[in-house]
Amino acid sequence: MSSHAHGAHAAHAMEAPTGFIRKYIFSVDHKVIGIQYFLLALTAVLVGIVLSVLMRLHLVWPNMHLPFVPGGLMTQEQYLSLVTMHGTIMVFFVLTTAPQGGFGNYFLPIQIGAPDMAFPRLNMLSFWVTFLAFIAILAAFVVPGGAPISGWTGYTPLSGLGEVTGPGEGWGQTMWIISISLFCLASLLGALNFIATLIDMRAPGMSLFRMPLTCWGWFVTAILGLLAFGVLLAGGILLLLDRSAGTSFFIPGGLVVNDQIQHHSGGSPLLWQHLFWFFGHPEVYIAILPGMGVASHVLSTFARKPVFGYRAMAMAMCAIGFLGFMVWGHHMFVSGMSPYSGFAFSVLTMSIGVPSAIKTFNWLGTLWGGKIQFTTPMLFAIGFVSLFVSGGLSGLFLAQPAVDNLLHATYYVVAHFHLVMGVAAIFGIFAATYFWFPKMFGRMMNEPLGKVHFWFTFVGAYCIFMPMHWVGIAGGIRRYADASAVAYLQPLQPVHQFMSIAAFITAAAQILFLINFFWSLKSGPKASKNPWNATTLEWITDSPPPHDNFGGHFPSVYRGPYDFSVPGVKEDFVPQNLTPQEVTREKE
Amino acid sequence: MRTGKSESGSAASAALLALLQVIMVVVTVYIFAAKLYSPPAPITDIGRAVDEQYSLTLWVTAVVFVLSQLGIAYAVWRFRDHGQRAHFSRGNNTMEFIWTTATIILFLGLGILGRRAWAEVRFTPPAADAVQVEVTENQFVFNFRYPGPDGKFGRLDAKQISASTGNPLGIDSNDPAGKDDIVVPTLTVPVNRQVELHVTSQDVIHNIFVRELRLQQDAVPGLVVPIHFTAEKIGQYEIVCTQLCGLGHSRMHSYLNVVSDADYEAFLKSGGQ
Repeated sequence: MSSHAHGAHAAHAMEAPTGFIRKYIFSVDHKVIGIQYFLLALTAVLVGIVLSVLMRLHLVWPNMHLPFVPGGLMTQEQYLSLVTMHGTIMVFFVLTTAPQGGFGNYFLPIQIGAPDMAFPRLNMLSFWVTFLAFIAILAAFVVPGGAPISGWTGYTPLSGLGEVTGPGEGWGQTMWIISISLFCLASLLGALNFIATLIDMRAPGMSLFRMPLTCWGWFVTAILGLLAFGVLLAGGILLLLDRSAGTSFFIPGGLVVNDQIQHHSGGSPLLWQHLFWFFGHPEVYIAILPGMGVASHVLSTFARKPVFGYRAMAMAMCAIGFLGFMVWGHHMFVSGMSPYSGFAFSVLTMSIGVPSAIKTFNWLGTLWGGKIQFTTPMLFAIGFVSLFVSGGLSGLFLAQPAVDNLLHATYYVVAHFHLVMGVAAIFGIFAATYFWFPKMFGRMMNEPLGKVHFWFTFVGAYCIFMPMHWVGIAGGIRRYADASAVAYLQPLQPVHQFMSIAAFITAAAQILFLINFFWSLKSGPKASKNPWNATTLEWITDSPPPHDNFGGHFPSVYRGPYDFSVPGVKEDFVPQNLTPQEVTREKE
Repeated sequence: MRTGKSESGSAASAALLALLQVIMVVVTVYIFAAKLYSPPAPITDIGRAVDEQYSLTLWVTAVVFVLSQLGIAYAVWRFRDHGQRAHFSRGNNTMEFIWTTATIILFLGLGILGRRAWAEVRFTPPAADAVQVEVTENQFVFNFRYPGPDGKFGRLDAKQISASTGNPLGIDSNDPAGKDDIVVPTLTVPVNRQVELHVTSQDVIHNIFVRELRLQQDAVPGLVVPIHFTAEKIGQYEIVCTQLCGLGHSRMHSYLNVVSDADYEAFLKSGGQ
C-alpha cells in the first residue's frame, strides 16, 4: 500500500512490451494472463460439453453410432473414461480456472488500484504450468489404453494398481495424476500471488472493508487454494509412487485382482479419500466463492442499490471458507469411516448451510426496493442465486448420514453438485463475462443475443438437473454405463431421455454465446469507460485498461464499493475514487 | 444510457423471469409432493426412520425453497426499472440477526434430529444371536459366505483363491472349520431376525446397496465393516454396487432373498441351494 511500493511497480509496469511473444504469449501482464486463463477455460469447457453430450447420448441410445468414439459404439470403459474426463476437465480446468485464474487475475489488481500482481513472473509461470497440465490431461485420451476410468475422485486401489484393474488404468491414469499434480502446483503459486497482491498492493484508502465483494471472493478462494492444493499435490505424488515405485500408501495387503495376488501391504484406501476430500471439499468453494462475489457485485450494480449487509456478506464468505475445511468427511459416510466421525461431519456440514443462507437472504435484500435493470449480466446473476438456492438445499439431505444411506452415489448427488457448484458457478462466469467484456475488450456484447442465450441456458439447466433429483431418489445410480442389468432402473429411462434432450438443446444454445463473444470482439459497438454506470475502480480507467492499468495515475479511494442511489447525490452512482468534494449534490 | 426503451425491455424480462421462477417452483413442488418418483417402501425399522428424517428435511427445505424462489420472482417483477429511484439501504442488522439465528436452529436442529436413524444402524451393536454373513466383493461379483452347521467361518488363504474351481474366496482346504462353509452369489436371510453382514472386498472398493433396507456400505479391501439390519417382509430385492469399481460396474448385481424361517433352514440344510 505504501507509495514506495507503488512507485517501484509503476516504474516496472511502464515498460509495455512490444514484441508479439512478450506481449501475448509469455506476458507478465496480469490482464493478458487473465485472458489466457479465460481462453484455456473456454477451450476446456467445449471439450467438457462434448464429453457430456456423448454420455447423455449413450445413456438413452446405447446402440447409436457416435462421433469421436473409436469403433462407433461406446463400450462400458469408454463411457467411464468420459465420466472421469468430463469431471476432471470441468472441475479443474473450467470451474477453478475461469473464475479465479481468469477474472480474478484480470480484475483483482484493477479493483484494488494496483498496476499488476505482486509477482508478475510467478503469475506467468502459474498460467503456463496450468497449460501444461491441460495438455497432460488431453494426452490421457491418446495414450495406450485410453483415458482413466476411475472417476474424477480417482479412488484407490482402482487407480493405484495399474492396468490390471481395468482399461485406462495404465498410462491414462498416470497422465491424470501428472496433470492434477501440475495443476495443484500452478494453483498453489497462483494462490500465493493473489494473497500477496491483495494484502500489499491496495490503493490508498482501499481498506479491506472497502474492497468489492469480488475481491473478498478471490481472497478467500486463494486462501482455500493455498491450504487445499498442497494436500492434493502430496496425495498425487504418493499415488504416483504406489503405481510406479512399488510403495503401498493407499493399497492394503492381500489383494487379489483377476486371480492375481498383488504385492502390496500396509496401505489404506481410506487415506486417499481423506486426502482427496480434504482438498475436494474446499475445491467446491474454490469454484463457487468467486461466483458469489460476482453475483453480489452485479446484483448491486443493476439493482442500483448498495449490497445489502456488505459486512455480513464478506464475513459469510470467510465463514464458508473456514467451515469448508471441516466437512470433507460428508463424502465418506458409507466409506467405512467411523460412524461417530460421520455424525460430527454431518453437524458441521449442516452448519455451513448457515452462511450460505445468509448470503441468499442478503442477495434478496439487495434486489428488494431496487431499480432492477435486466441486462444480460444481471439475468445471469439472478439465475446464479436461483440455482444456488435450488442446488444448495438438496445438500441438506446429503449432509445427513442416515438419509445418505438412501441417496449416496445416486443421481441425486450428481444433480446436487451440478446445480450448486457446476451450473451456478458457470452462471457466475457468464455474468462476469457479459459484465466485464466491455472492459476487457473495449467493445459491448450484443444484448438481445445475450438474453436469448440466458433464457435457453436457465430453462435448460433446470430441465436437465431438477429431474435428475427424481432419478436419484428412485435409486438411479451414477457412473452406470448402462441400466439394463438392474430391473428398477428401467422405469427411469424416460426421465433420462427428457434430461438428454434438454442437455442437447442447452449445449446447442451455447453456440449463441460463442457467436456473440467472437462477433463482439471484432464488431461490437465501442465501449465507454463506464458503460454500466458502476462504482468500482475498473470503471474509472480506459476500456481496455492501459498496460499499467491507470495510465501512470494511481487512484485513491474515498468510499465503499457500492454507493448506488445515495440520497442527496445527483447521479445514482458514486465511483470509489471521487473525493467528497467531487460528488455532485442534488440542487435543493 | 437508461432510456424509455430499456424500461419497457425491463418489464418483459422481469415478467418472463418471474413466470419461469413460478413455473419451476410449482413443477418441483408437485413432483416431490406427489411422489411421482420414490423408492419402494422400506422393509426395516431403520428404513422407516430414514424415511421420516427424509420427510422432515423435505418439509424444511421446501419452505425455504418456495419462499426464496418466489421471493426472487416477486422482487424481479415488483422492483423492475420503471423509472423510479432505488430505495437506499445498506442493510439491517436486526434482520441479519433474525435469519442467522433462525437458520442455525433450523439446520443444526435437523442435523441433530437425524442422528437417531444413523445411530441405530451404526452405533448400536447387533444382538449376539444375529445371523452372521460375510460379504466379499470383487470385480464384478458378490459372494456371500455362511459359516455352516459348525457356526465357524473357515480360514482364508489368498493363494487358494480360484473362482474357476469354485473357491472364489480362497477358503483354506486345510482348515476343518471351512469344510461346511456355504458360499453363494445371492444373499438369503430369515425374516424378522437380525442379520449382521461383514463387508469387505478382494480387489478394489465396491459397495452393497439395497434400496428397501435404506442401507449401503462400501466394501473396502483391507477392512471388514460390520452392518446389521432386520428385514420384516418376505420377498426378493435387488442388490447393486454403487461404488465405481471398473468397467463392469453397472453389471455388478445380486439379490437379497428374505425368506421364512422354514425356508431359511432348508436353504442352510441344502448348502445354499
